[in-house]
Amino acid sequence: MKRIGVFVCHCGTNIAATVDVKAVAEALGHEPGVVISQDYQYMCSESGQNLVKNAIKEHKLTGVVVCSCSPRMHENTFRKAAASAGLNPYLVEIANIREQCSWIHKDIASATEKAIILGKAAVAKVHLNSPLTAGESPVVKRALVIGGGIAGIQTALDIAEAGFDVDIVEKNPTIGGKMAQIDKTFPTLDCAACILTPKMVEASQNERITIHSFSEVADVKGFVGNFTVKIKKKARFVDETKCTGCGLCTEKCPMKKVPNEFNMGLDNRTAIYIPFAQAVPKVATIDPNYCMMLQKGKCGICSSVCSVGAIDYKQEDKIIEQQYGAIVVATGFNPINLDKYDEFAYNQCPDVVTSLELERLMNAAGPNGGTLLRPSDKTHPHKIVFVQCVGSRCDDSKGKPYCSKICCMYTAKHAMLIREKYPDTEVYVFYIDVRTPGKNFDEFYRRAVEQYNVHYIKGMVGKVTPRSDGKIDVQASDLLANEQLHIDADMVVLAAAIEPDKTARPLATMLTTQMDTNDFFTEAHPKLRPVESATAGIFLSGACQGPKDIPETVAQASAAAAKAIGLLVKNSITCNPCVAHSDELMCNGCSSCEKVCPYGAITYVDKEFRMPDRTTAIRRVASVNPAVCQGCGACTVACPSGAMDLNGFSNSQIMSEVDAICK
Amino acid sequence: MDKNLKEQVLRSSGVNVLKCMRCGKCSGTCPSYDEMEYHPHQFVYMVERGDIETLMKSKSIYKCLTCFACVDRCPRNVEPAKVVEAVRLAAVRQQGNNHMNPNQIPEMLDDDLPQQAIVTAFRKYIK
Repeated sequence: MKRIGVFVCHCGTNIAATVDVKAVAEALGHEPGVVISQDYQYMCSESGQNLVKNAIKEHKLTGVVVCSCSPRMHENTFRKAAASAGLNPYLVEIANIREQCSWIHKDIASATEKAIILGKAAVAKVHLNSPLTAGESPVVKRALVIGGGIAGIQTALDIAEAGFDVDIVEKNPTIGGKMAQIDKTFPTLDCAACILTPKMVEASQNERITIHSFSEVADVKGFVGNFTVKIKKKARFVDETKCTGCGLCTEKCPMKKVPNEFNMGLDNRTAIYIPFAQAVPKVATIDPNYCMMLQKGKCGICSSVCSVGAIDYKQEDKIIEQQYGAIVVATGFNPINLDKYDEFAYNQCPDVVTSLELERLMNAAGPNGGTLLRPSDKTHPHKIVFVQCVGSRCDDSKGKPYCSKICCMYTAKHAMLIREKYPDTEVYVFYIDVRTPGKNFDEFYRRAVEQYNVHYIKGMVGKVTPRSDGKIDVQASDLLANEQLHIDADMVVLAAAIEPDKTARPLATMLTTQMDTNDFFTEAHPKLRPVESATAGIFLSGACQGPKDIPETVAQASAAAAKAIGLLVKNSITCNPCVAHSDELMCNGCSSCEKVCPYGAITYVDKEFRMPDRTTAIRRVASVNPAVCQGCGACTVACPSGAMDLNGFSNSQIMSEVDAICK
Repeated sequence: MDKNLKEQVLRSSGVNVLKCMRCGKCSGTCPSYDEMEYHPHQFVYMVERGDIETLMKSKSIYKCLTCFACVDRCPRNVEPAKVVEAVRLAAVRQQGNNHMNPNQIPEMLDDDLPQQAIVTAFRKYIK
């Protein structure tokens, strides 16, 4: 018979306000095998833990049940306490009477009854608990960063700084991401390229950082400390090792009418191109959809002008495989597609642009060399209307339900920059709320209003109508003046909502990490573990986790790097001993478990068995790799013969819990 | 404030006025704006506050064209036109009678007039 101690926590009033904790302790004290049952105000506190430790020694306990919060919160705390008192940590069970009882019930009598039942189930389980010993698995001292924007670059630099090798996988021909496209940054108005490009160069020159540009993650296997990742290096038809980035091929390429994605399609590039002057790596890439040599087999000019012979029309996609200890996701964001919002005439009128397009229009490396001109007739606009919250804060059927966070600030920045550079231009901003939490943010917005005389009008624009005279009629309501306005604008700028990159969802599936309904990666804890995913060894950096501005992104990138470094410095990590194992005598070799295992932890082996008649037979049986198994339990459910069982959550333990609840 | 009246308007419109984030896009898009004393966004807000009798007394309820531009463009699917219609209905029902007599219809009929307009006219116009 086990000697079990039960410890019921008040959690201040979190539990005690809705559960009669004394009654719970009293009732559980009468359960078979329970030799001591106590309640205490804060069981997780130092003195609460001492209560548990002393009881283990004094009463020679062989099992402990703590009725408290979710095991996600304090299971580790109490396991450590038990271990320090000489009890195997896996002989501790938590009955969750907070999240699953006191917080969700109002009636004290029924909540108390439920708490007692949950406690009884835990006591029943602990009777069948056996001591487990955690194994160890080695950590590969190399990190993978997926995405080469400012988030990925910062994370990679920090990890490299700590002395570990890092690979950046970037799907575009160059790293730099969205920040490379931005003209100026708020609230300091310093030039984005001036602060970003040194970091890009630093990343490319750091000997610990390898940049796989124009590459994608194709497959991820393994587990924390030991991921095996296949990276697809897409064919760029240029030998990266030979190309010097001289740009002669891009000058000579006859195919000059390819929409330039770096400038948001506002001008054209050639079929062989380098995205922008400071691109890293500065290597040309051939766009196979437009290259005449690749399409029709005629041309070959780039190859003939290339002095180093870097052009390779026969290049193919290449898969490389690499081991990593930690993976950081930094896949970033994109502005949403505006096809759905006909009322803003985005698809009808070239002078209705998104804010990111405006960044390019105002940038010195943009289509107009930094002079703000209307895309339609290349004239100076004299009246510009900004529309906020386009597609943000919408009902699910109309757009994104969240606030995109950065638009209020960059719109204030745009308005201010335009008024500074072209004082004869009138600027209107239609807002619903101006949201400026952040250091020096509200002061920045007030400067736009007070110093630069930007007209902020509360009310959403209802309709944008391009007129035949080239002006754009903007119809909106001024909610404070209680009147409807018609503004004959020269340009309209839409602050489009931002959404996670489309590659994020398939990547989440590969990484077995969680996402919310908007496809943002979910952090392990919204407050206390904001840069870790719920999957061990996968960390989150930047806007892939939620809308963020540059300072926040960089802060999170460094935080994710710190977490990854914390993992990489370890030589080995403690494995979870709650893994599956098969009873080889019962296993019938059906392969059901192998098929359902999401981690590839199960293999089948041919093994010799001695039969009752003293002969030897070779049978095919399941074998679990405990280092790969994550203890999800899918195999134990799939196994038809009941041979598969999970340590710490055995079939018999779960049935005894169910029995205790139904009693 | 008449609580029953508010509930009646909410029920007959089927609109959840609490979804409104006061962006004013409905009024920004409304073609009858200048004709109205109270504008679509004010309808939503005043119904939320229960200030419905003021709306019922205003001519604004007859100025809404029911073009549904506000319904189409509301970012949060609040459907202001349905609120206006519900207030209009509340006004008509409270007056307790129709504004046209069925006997008057034959003389009004002409080929270009949609039948629906006649049905609506029962409630809308006081001769």
